[in-house]
Amino acid sequence: MSRCLADRAIDHVVLERGEVAHTWRTERWDSLRLLTPNWQSRLPGFGYTGPDPDGYRTLPEVVDFIAAYAQAISAPVRTHTTVTSVSRTETGYLVRTDQGDWSCRTAVIASGAFNIACVPGVADRVPRPVTTFSTQQYRNPDQLPVGGVLVVGASSSGTQIANEIHRSGRPVTLSVGEHIRAPRVYRGKDLEWWMDAAGVLDERYDKVDDIARARQVPSLQLAGTADRSTLDLNALTAIGVKLVGRLAGITESGKAQFGGSLRNMCALSDLKMNRLLTLIDEWAQANGLDGVVEPPHRLPPTEVEEAPPLGLDLANGEIRTIIWATGYRPDYSWLELPVFDRKGMIRHDGGVVSSQGLYLMGVPFARRRKSTLIDGAGDDARDLSDHLASYLHGEVLRTT
Amino acid sequence: MADGDRAVDNGVNVEALLGAREALTNAPEAAQFKWRAACEWKNGTHSNSTVEGFYGLGQEQQRKTKFTFDADHPEVFAAADQGATPVEYVLVGLASCLTAGIAAVAQNRNIQLRSVTATIEGDMDLYGILGIDEDVRNGFKGIKVTYNIDADAKPEDIEALVAQSQKRSAVYDIVTNPTNVTVVVN
Repeated sequence: MSRCLADRAIDHVVLERGEVAHTWRTERWDSLRLLTPNWQSRLPGFGYTGPDPDGYRTLPEVVDFIAAYAQAISAPVRTHTTVTSVSRTETGYLVRTDQGDWSCRTAVIASGAFNIACVPGVADRVPRPVTTFSTQQYRNPDQLPVGGVLVVGASSSGTQIANEIHRSGRPVTLSVGEHIRAPRVYRGKDLEWWMDAAGVLDERYDKVDDIARARQVPSLQLAGTADRSTLDLNALTAIGVKLVGRLAGITESGKAQFGGSLRNMCALSDLKMNRLLTLIDEWAQANGLDGVVEPPHRLPPTEVEEAPPLGLDLANGEIRTIIWATGYRPDYSWLELPVFDRKGMIRHDGGVVSSQGLYLMGVPFARRRKSTLIDGAGDDARDLSDHLASYLHGEVLRTT
Repeated sequence: MADGDRAVDNGVNVEALLGAREALTNAPEAAQFKWRAACEWKNGTHSNSTVEGFYGLGQEQQRKTKFTFDADHPEVFAAADQGATPVEYVLVGLASCLTAGIAAVAQNRNIQLRSVTATIEGDMDLYGILGIDEDVRNGFKGIKVTYNIDADAKPEDIEALVAQSQKRSAVYDIVTNPTNVTVVVN
């Protein structure tokens, strides 16, 4: 957005509570790699030029990449500046920070959707000897005591963390709720390549059937694995991870209860994956790729044991650690404007917030399916900076 | 329905359901329902239950018909077999909920159903309810539902119907997840 505003000669500052790429520097686990391949991080006027376009950036590489971009575009970043409140004024917004106040006619919220790790209400009932970490607190298996680990949540974070903890010699039980399975590589190409090429990632928020639902869909169960292997539930079962249903409760005596819906959770996920692969196959055929790339195939269905356990005693010492991989929510505690829905999310139309001159970026399906990807920032920033520039110039605006 | 589609009719008024979904999205209090049944002991293990009114859309709702249900146990339990056993009512509830869901989802997805039949089976070890083994639970060890569906759709679309129906089924949720139950005596 800073780059697009600069292109339009719109005077602006970028406020950053820490260093550039703060979340990547401080709030994720050590082994995390970006789940999109290197070539796919295309920012306006900037991209990957290294020798491994199909690889996945390590955490330090992600930090370097974003910092290099800030440098390359000479972004006017004020680091170590924490926004404490944003409120409406007659002419625009008053932005209070711990480094002084700003007034502005327009503001762009780009603080992300993943600020606070969600922890289920039943967490209060976890017996005291069990150590708990959210995905925001977890760094590596060495932090954990020796012994069993319950990982709650089987999307991208949960499966990656379950994998490395189990391989560290701590037996993992993985509690599986709704998730979306996806092969890392399909017909010889990265799944992200297919979704990019077939236009799936470019799908617009005003063209999908039910945008409210699309914005709530969990992210794909994809991992930036060093060997480009698929990390799905079958891969975890194969190394000995035990699958159980969604965590439904914890009794007063410290017994975890799991839903009996694991089979359907996996069936829904397999069906959804196969619909995506069918769409890819149809696109490949229509675009003359059959015979050029590897032939279509389907992954074996997710294996679920006959009667997965419905309970797990958390008080008998077998489980020493619980990892909450149950998603994130944004932190808007500083936003003092009547722009929220009943779930505390910002009401917006493709990133244009109902409060005039206010914009939102980087939340799921803000304008496109790729809105939360680094690769999605450019198109959204171009659109929203257009709107913002028109607003500053006093033009009559339509919302989209 | 898009132009050119054949008219799919499973007897489900999807427009009304989608309209209700939209209306209730902006009226959370109207979405608060209370379902009720009344039960009276007859003799032995025989009881008679009735279902009539319920609360929803902000007010008491009355049906045209009062439904009654006799429950008892079969003769091998030394009972009079005046009605289905309570656990069979649970199976009926699950099967009918999933089946209704299949019809609704099919209508919404423009899939014409020709026939939908299900058999449902719950495995139970009587050592639980008879108190022979404390490690055996009273309820079902597991439930298996088997559907036979004839519809104008590919097998994977039919599977998706059944999966989606489970995802949105109240009874499936009640059966697969714990629920707080409070029983009081006046």
